Amino acid sequence: MSPTTFGWLVLLCPLVGCIVVAAGFRQERGIVAGWIGTLAIFLSFAFAIGALISLLGRAEDSREVTSSLWNYAVTFGVDAKLSILVDPLSVLMILIVSGVSALIHLYSVAYLKSDRGYSRFFAYLNFFVFSMLLLVLAGNFLILIVGWAFVGAASYMLISFWYRRTTATKAGFKAFVINVIGDVGLVLGTFFIFRHTGTVDFVKTFREVPHVFGHNSTDLVAGTLLLLVGAFAKSAQVPLHTWLPDAMEGPTPVSALIHAATMVTAGVYLIARMHPLFEQAPTAADVAAIGGGLTLVIAATIAIVQTDLKRVIAYSTMSQLGYMIMGVSVGAYSAAMFHLMTHAFFKALLFMSAGSLISGMAGEQSLDKMSGFRKAMPFTFVAFIIGGLALSGMPPFSGWLSKDDIIAFLDHRGGGFEVLGIFGYLGAFLTGIYTFRMIFRAFFGEPCEEARELEHGHLAHAETPFNPQTGEIEDTDVGFPGPEHHIAERDLAMKVPMAILALLAILGGVLQIPGVDDSITRFLAPTFAGSKLFADDPSTGASWIGLVIGALIAVSGIGTAYVIWIARRGTAARLQQRFSAVYTFLFHKWYFDEVYDVTIVRPVLWMGRFADSVLERRVIAGGVTGGTVGLVRACSAAVRRAQTGFVRYYAAAVLLGISGIALYFLISAT
Amino acid sequence: MDIGWYLVVSALIFCIGAAGVLTRPNPLVILLCLELMLNAANLALVAFSRMWGTAAGQVFALIVMIVAACEVTVGLGLIVAIYRRQLAINVDDLNELRG
Repeated sequence: MSPTTFGWLVLLCPLVGCIVVAAGFRQERGIVAGWIGTLAIFLSFAFAIGALISLLGRAEDSREVTSSLWNYAVTFGVDAKLSILVDPLSVLMILIVSGVSALIHLYSVAYLKSDRGYSRFFAYLNFFVFSMLLLVLAGNFLILIVGWAFVGAASYMLISFWYRRTTATKAGFKAFVINVIGDVGLVLGTFFIFRHTGTVDFVKTFREVPHVFGHNSTDLVAGTLLLLVGAFAKSAQVPLHTWLPDAMEGPTPVSALIHAATMVTAGVYLIARMHPLFEQAPTAADVAAIGGGLTLVIAATIAIVQTDLKRVIAYSTMSQLGYMIMGVSVGAYSAAMFHLMTHAFFKALLFMSAGSLISGMAGEQSLDKMSGFRKAMPFTFVAFIIGGLALSGMPPFSGWLSKDDIIAFLDHRGGGFEVLGIFGYLGAFLTGIYTFRMIFRAFFGEPCEEARELEHGHLAHAETPFNPQTGEIEDTDVGFPGPEHHIAERDLAMKVPMAILALLAILGGVLQIPGVDDSITRFLAPTFAGSKLFADDPSTGASWIGLVIGALIAVSGIGTAYVIWIARRGTAARLQQRFSAVYTFLFHKWYFDEVYDVTIVRPVLWMGRFADSVLERRVIAGGVTGGTVGLVRACSAAVRRAQTGFVRYYAAAVLLGISGIALYFLISAT
Repeated sequence: MDIGWYLVVSALIFCIGAAGVLTRPNPLVILLCLELMLNAANLALVAFSRMWGTAAGQVFALIVMIVAACEVTVGLGLIVAIYRRQLAINVDDLNELRG
């Protein structure tokens, strides 16, 4: 079968799964819904492997295959079709998306077992996977925008999954609104480019771009900057990042799948996909690189002081996305895609471990309350450590090879990019600190009550489910995972995906080792054949120097964390007191939310209230519609008198009228 | 014969019909009077047709007959329906459509 046939099948599986689960399991909470959803994604993954094999069987220069099912509008100047593009980049993405999704579906089968929204959850999750696959397989801007908007909608539905929780619904709104800002950017950017190229098809666009746009031409820079708005909103980069930490209100598997491994990487994918445009508009690419660099440092500093376990991981996701955005923007495409892949593995693993840990705490997410889980949850502990080491970039874990691959490329390009490289190292140092702060606080030290109970075999049990954010008691009618909780140690369906991801987090790096192996680069080469920057790799020696520096920085970061939270307990409190201004600043997340609240949210709310109370109620309802209604009512009251209901009266009126008309013509004729 | 006489007769029949429609309250009689008015028109049409020596007027007259037949069918149907509901057979009492 051709790669595109596999591509369509990859798309079909989750769509069918979504429809079957959504339509077939409205009432029942049966576990079957979960297995159907999981099976659909596993099938999709199998077809993705089929696409890979089929693509590898073709010659290098014919590894870009498009296929179109039907036309939406193909007329003069428009070529909107339902088409997909299967090339190494999209195949790499569908492999990551469907593979990680399959494992997370399996995890959710156990994790959400006692949730009343069980089948709803799997319908949403399958819908998300379908949308994400549509996004990465899109063969033109139109389908890309459709997939882009679909994943935003899926994200909204899943963040607000526990819809009786006010914090969850508000977080859903926030994510949706910021994502829509990104959607608007993407659509406008597309128009800027479409206006000049006259085609929405990717392959044709990339062929046209060097001819119709000059180097750094204004329209192209404007168009690509608008695309960047989309990428930044989806990938939670400063200043459009505030939705991601709040998105942690969703169930933990959602955080693992959407807000760590797949959806948030859409921005990275977009820039990689649009690389011919960004290389033609280096100004926009530089803006993206600086945005990524700033994000990775800002997010890492915030992560150090947050106490909510999931939010720390969310900020770390933002920080890692900063590396990827920076990488794809400066031309380190294979390194960034490599990091995207390894990040999907270890971050999904970290979230799964966090989910298990939170279950062990009966829903409590605060690091202040958890400690000493090392003995109580050995499997989760090992998984968390593996994920943490990969995230901090310890050799030989996958994160070490991929992250330092990006930084080595930055240093190799030199000039201003070296500054970004230093940002990268600074971020890496902070990553080591905050990752191991989590681990040392949650797993080491004196076991907390829940941990002690668990050591004796009693899983902590919340009498009433509560919202970890506000502490309010929850309404369980819509399904909330408590009071029953599931931990990895006791559920095979949670253990297996975590074990697989742990293996991948350790071994994933072997795909790309400088001087030894460069599978990712070789595999992606056909997609980036026209790129000037792709072939410009740092030398093996330079890469290894970068790797050694990265390893030293990771060790020093972890060492710092060890000193602060283990060796000299109380250091954290002392530091917090001495630098209380810095602490407050970081604890309030650089005051982004507060600033947005004052500058955007409140004015918009005020305008909304003004429009409602004055424009809508007075002008529209009172003046325009009220006036029209009054006029019509007065006229009809006047005319009603003529309607007497007497048939003979009407006949007389008709006769008189006709006689009058006849008389008029007779008189005028003479 | 002069066309004028035909038209005078036609006008007379029409006026009789119109007067009947306006003065009589019984719907059955009103239908009959309507029929008179239509036939007055038919007479005029046929007379004109003969005057010009063409068939157009006669065709028109035939169509008017068809329309008249349809109208009587509907009208009689209404009267039967009124009768079945045991309402008065009097158009002045049937004035529910007043504004």
